Amino acid sequence: METLFRPEMLLIILGGAVATYLTRIGGYLLIKRFKTIPPRVEAGLNAVPAAVLTTLVAPAALTGGPETAIALVVSLVAGLRVSGLTLIVIGWAVAMALRHFVL
Amino acid sequence: MFIDDFKAGLKRIAPIIISASPFGVLFGAVAVQHGMSIGEAVLMSGVVYAGASQLVGVNLFDQHLPAWVVILSILAVNFRHILYSAAIARHIERLNPWQKAINFFLLTDPHYAEIERQAHSGQPVTFGWVLGLGIGLYIPWMVLTYAGCVLGAFIGDPKSIGLDVLLPIYFLGLVMGFRKRPNWLPVVIASSLASMAAVTFVGSPWHVSIGAVAGIIVAALMPLPAGTHSEIEEG
Repeated sequence: METLFRPEMLLIILGGAVATYLTRIGGYLLIKRFKTIPPRVEAGLNAVPAAVLTTLVAPAALTGGPETAIALVVSLVAGLRVSGLTLIVIGWAVAMALRHFVL
Repeated sequence: MFIDDFKAGLKRIAPIIISASPFGVLFGAVAVQHGMSIGEAVLMSGVVYAGASQLVGVNLFDQHLPAWVVILSILAVNFRHILYSAAIARHIERLNPWQKAINFFLLTDPHYAEIERQAHSGQPVTFGWVLGLGIGLYIPWMVLTYAGCVLGAFIGDPKSIGLDVLLPIYFLGLVMGFRKRPNWLPVVIASSLASMAAVTFVGSPWHVSIGAVAGIIVAALMPLPAGTHSEIEEG
């Protein structure tokens, strides 16, 4: 296996790193310019984590095949009681059981 | 004092290392399978340090797209950090500019969530604490990437052992963790529908930004509770 660094790959990695750092510091720089947070902006900010993370979940139910969709629905219900690694194991077990034994 | 805070931060992030470890390994394994070298994969984990975007970057690199398209996609997936860094501005006033710059380099989904939790429980967000929190995940992330690269050579089909379903279920768990927040249900419904429509009609990775913006707009337009005012409005 190669451990070399190719120029085109380095460009993507370092360009991706700069882009990512800009997103990490950008919101702070913007909010400092305006000083106060209007209530509706604050309501929007409070919704950010749920809104963004949802977009990493919902499309997978469409694109990941029926076993992924079913595993996500089961995880959604299980998520009312358990969290973290327990939830991951439950969802993974459902998907694997369906993938290998049912579908 | 500093070292106590550092240890407290480490302790906070320790359980998250366990749940993040499959993804570090997953990235390493996928990177190697897509033709990255071990050095390149570990470097990417060290300087980008954002799992979902690293996976998107590796996938797109494999499709021989121009570099700027891949970089823009990494930016789109990481766009949420803009909103995280705006949201934690009010919680990190104790940090000097250099400390803030370092804290932002280490800003991830769980890092953000833990700062919010620390601040809302009334405990101080110190530099020692955020450094413990950040370093506690940063070093393992690179080690796990390396482990994944080594393992990746042995994994035939990642789907056969269910590697592909771990990521969405992990994110689903994080979404459920926020369910006590105001407007949670309308936000999740709006973001779900918008991201599913976007992935169908626009394509990946734009569903991330489009879905997120839909949920945020819904939250901003919901009726405000009586007597709402901003926490930093006086400051």
